Amino acid sequence: MCGIAGLYTKSPAVQARLGAHIATMLEQLSFRGPDSAGVAFYRDPAPAGSCKISLNSSAAEPDWTAVGAELADVFADASSPRVRASHATFVVDAEAEQVQAWLAEHHPELRLMSAGSSIEIYKEAGPPEEFVRRFALEEIDGSHALGHTRMATESRVTTEHSHPFSTGLDLCLVHNGSLSNHNRLRRNLRREGIRFQTDNDSEVAAGYLTWRLREGASLEQALEGCLEDLDGFYTFAVGTADGFAVLRDPIACKPAVMAETDEWVAIASEYRAIAVLPGARDATTWEPEPGRVYSWGTTPVA
Amino acid sequence: MAVPDATRDAVVSVDLASESVRTLNQRLHDEPEPVRVRVTNPAGKHSIAAGIAVAHDVEIDGHVGYYCAGMNKLASVRVRGNCGVGVAENMMSGTVVVEGSASQSAGATARGGLLVVHGDASARCAISLKGADVVVRGSVGHMSAFMAQRGSLVVCGNAGEALGDSLYEARLYVRGSVAGLGADCIEKDMREEHLEQLRELLRRADMGDVEASEFRRYGSARTLYNFHVENLGSY
Repeated sequence: MCGIAGLYTKSPAVQARLGAHIATMLEQLSFRGPDSAGVAFYRDPAPAGSCKISLNSSAAEPDWTAVGAELADVFADASSPRVRASHATFVVDAEAEQVQAWLAEHHPELRLMSAGSSIEIYKEAGPPEEFVRRFALEEIDGSHALGHTRMATESRVTTEHSHPFSTGLDLCLVHNGSLSNHNRLRRNLRREGIRFQTDNDSEVAAGYLTWRLREGASLEQALEGCLEDLDGFYTFAVGTADGFAVLRDPIACKPAVMAETDEWVAIASEYRAIAVLPGARDATTWEPEPGRVYSWGTTPVA
Repeated sequence: MAVPDATRDAVVSVDLASESVRTLNQRLHDEPEPVRVRVTNPAGKHSIAAGIAVAHDVEIDGHVGYYCAGMNKLASVRVRGNCGVGVAENMMSGTVVVEGSASQSAGATARGGLLVVHGDASARCAISLKGADVVVRGSVGHMSAFMAQRGSLVVCGNAGEALGDSLYEARLYVRGSVAGLGADCIEKDMREEHLEQLRELLRRADMGDVEASEFRRYGSARTLYNFHVENLGSY
């Protein structure tokens, strides 16, 4: 069992309180996934030609300022770090791939959480309520966010095994379920150049989507490919720079409920996580059908 | 069941924003005589009004979570909203009415009573049904009435894939399309006795406007389980 929460904003008022809302949703889902929690926020896009990188360190007191100075030195420019608990975010005046390559070589001790223009990922092992407090989620605004509470079944309980998983620029995935053909798929995807940080099954689903998108599929097409190529149980929520999409496997053992008002669109594992949102009572509420892609803000299939 | 009017008219209000579901349920379990209870602010909480064994009249004002009115006996429970997984699961008797839609496994393993869903019910509606009647105004999802043994499922809309897979002796009535029949489930003739039963179920579900003659009946081909006609009385 795990919990999924996603919120896509349609009004400035909800954008300003995005972190507060997603925090409340995660707290409602903490009993579904008490061992880890995480959120991907989409906010404050980096200027054209720059990229945004979020990093995690397991050091007690990482010297993020020094990392920022190094980045500014190596590349044309870099912002000072925005530190949030064990994570820090930098805006670097360079292509994301260059920065990733440099970090992998010079700072292998730092974990890359996400890279892109607007994505920021925060995640940590430990109770979701503690995560929400430590990372002061209520301070964070943004256009949309996807969160997860984890009850591990397939791999270890660590920060890097927590969701959301990001294997491509501005792309992230949260998953409730389990995949059974992830080892073979991971091998195949590695051959295609997709990088993985863990032995986790959900990370493979993220990698699969990254690969399909790289090969020219739309997000909807990539998700429809999951129905053919992934074996297992899943409710997925996938975030991109523009919005998010939801897919349940055709057997649909894993729950999901969606709701929409004039101000927001939400996905959650259980309605109780939607009930805490403003205007939920009068929202259009429905259960997403198995095997069907639902999306908001992402480019529709041509 | 005869209930004194004085008791029926006194409505007890329980606000789940300030009281716990456990407090509500304990009260419903402890109250020996039927009472009317109005529950507000359910906010998707689980197990609301589960395990009642007295002819209480419970109205829930909003959307509920999992297993609402599970194991219900005698009571009448009305949800003015949607339900999560497993509404009225293993109901023994009484009536459960959902004014919105129900999630998966609505009425699972229910042995008696009537479950009415005015919206849609999703996958596995009436799975392993053991004698209750389930009436859905909208459509039901895939694997509905899987291994259903007794009772009936009435679907005024459409049914998803694998309807009635491995069915025993439950009766299935569907007005709209059926995406696919499960193993050993076949269409059967609608005889007068079935029309009569269907009209009665629609009437009890407050759906008397729905025309019984527009339905088709589905049942077990009886090739998957060892059915012997001489054992008919035992089913």
